[in-house]
Amino acid sequence: MNSSISKAQLLYLRRQRARRAAVLAARILLLAGFLSLWEYCAGRGIIDSFIFSSPSKIALCFAGMARDGSIFRHMWVTLLETVTSFLLVTAVSMLAAVILWLCPRLSEVLDPYMVVLNSLPKSALAPLLIVWLGARTRTIIVAGMSVAVFGSILTLYTAFCGVDPEKLKLIRTLRGTRIQALTKAVIPSSIPALVSTMKVNIGLCLVGVVIGEFLAAREGLGYLIIYASQTFKLDWLIMSILLLCIMALLLYAVIGLAERICLRRR
Amino acid sequence: MEEILELRHISYSYHTMDGETPALADISFSMKEGEFVAVVGPSGCGKSTLLSLISGLLEPAAGQIRIRGRDSKESATNIGYMLQHDQLFEWRTIYNNVILGLEVQHMLTAKARQKAHELLDTYGLAQFENARPSQLSGGMRQRAALVRTLVLEPDLLLLDEPFSALDYQTRLRVGDDIGQIIRREKKTAILVTHDLSEAVSLADRVIILGPRPASIIQTVPLIFGAGADTPLGRRDAPEFKTYFNLIWKELNSNE
Repeated sequence: MNSSISKAQLLYLRRQRARRAAVLAARILLLAGFLSLWEYCAGRGIIDSFIFSSPSKIALCFAGMARDGSIFRHMWVTLLETVTSFLLVTAVSMLAAVILWLCPRLSEVLDPYMVVLNSLPKSALAPLLIVWLGARTRTIIVAGMSVAVFGSILTLYTAFCGVDPEKLKLIRTLRGTRIQALTKAVIPSSIPALVSTMKVNIGLCLVGVVIGEFLAAREGLGYLIIYASQTFKLDWLIMSILLLCIMALLLYAVIGLAERICLRRR
Repeated sequence: MEEILELRHISYSYHTMDGETPALADISFSMKEGEFVAVVGPSGCGKSTLLSLISGLLEPAAGQIRIRGRDSKESATNIGYMLQHDQLFEWRTIYNNVILGLEVQHMLTAKARQKAHELLDTYGLAQFENARPSQLSGGMRQRAALVRTLVLEPDLLLLDEPFSALDYQTRLRVGDDIGQIIRREKKTAILVTHDLSEAVSLADRVIILGPRPASIIQTVPLIFGAGADTPLGRRDAPEFKTYFNLIWKELNSNE
């Protein structure tokens, strides 16, 4: 196979590889440049390192909290809450979309309510949830779900309704029921929509969990952020934000990996 | 021979908030076992509606459809329906697409599986059993769609412009191919098409529908000489042009 590659093709491949390497290098340089500029400005007193902290202070802070393991516990709590609410959102929205698709009359009735619930700023619900459910993990998971679940239901339901009507006609001509149309045609052809919804949801659940932790937690990165801001430990605060960045990135990468495995099997 | 299908004074209208659109008006015809009938008419005249009514997807507003002498709702006759596009599911292999109907009807027995394999083999798709639909040419996909219909052993085949999505060259070949398969399997079939040459090359009889609301303008029985026993053979026969012109004139006189 290799012997059949022409010179022009080789050149093209080499250019593409070079381009990709350049992009990656630029990304790393950007990060390194930003961190060193930050460190430099903080060290020289150009910015107030008490307010803006600095990479080295954050690293020290992290090392300190890593030694007694407390930072890992906070990260673990946030991660667990996010993943739990993500899994629940996926299950609940799938179930709801299926029910709505099976009962068009019901979805017609509920449509305006879904739209309102979806546009409602979910952070407004969090204080209410605390009163109803108490200041505990359960509340935080529900807060995480509340951010993602309505949009997710709407997206999935729209995807279900967007299935080629001819595919549904095929199932009908084969004497299939509506349930079979759902399992044989609608759900399989909505898998790409499901995966892209999941990608959005994992981020939204993290947002909701952090909001929940602001208000009702004794552990977790959201709690750490609020605690740090109230006690003016800005090293902690900025470190927590950075850790949230990393966590969001990793969660997104895991979904991306799952997507690739899932698509390869199809 | 026994009459497999009889339509008596069938009418149908579509209803929307903007009003009522009559699609079919007083359609009556019958078909014998093993007959191949083509229905032609101007586009949008309700040809496909006719098939939906026969298959029971729609209910006629008036009139009666009898299959093997019984009302179509009580009839146990198996009706196969071939759509305009093959509608093979990309997430299934060809074999799994072919057995979709068996799966839906809970008839996935060892015998039925065997039959599916045999049909795929007979129609040159054996080596593609595990391929994805996108790996097949348009013609092969349409064959796979036909096998999906045939594996349910239908007594009556409804073909809703099954070749219209193919390019011209493929269309001729696949039309010839599928026409011969239907003859070989001795199936009774109704083909709906706007392509007159397709109708003349495949059918025993052509029913000409008028513009909407469609009623039958004329029925033309097709009789070809001994040499023209395949759809492509018919296209070369002298009768082909005569029939074509006859149907063409009928269609245009009613515009």
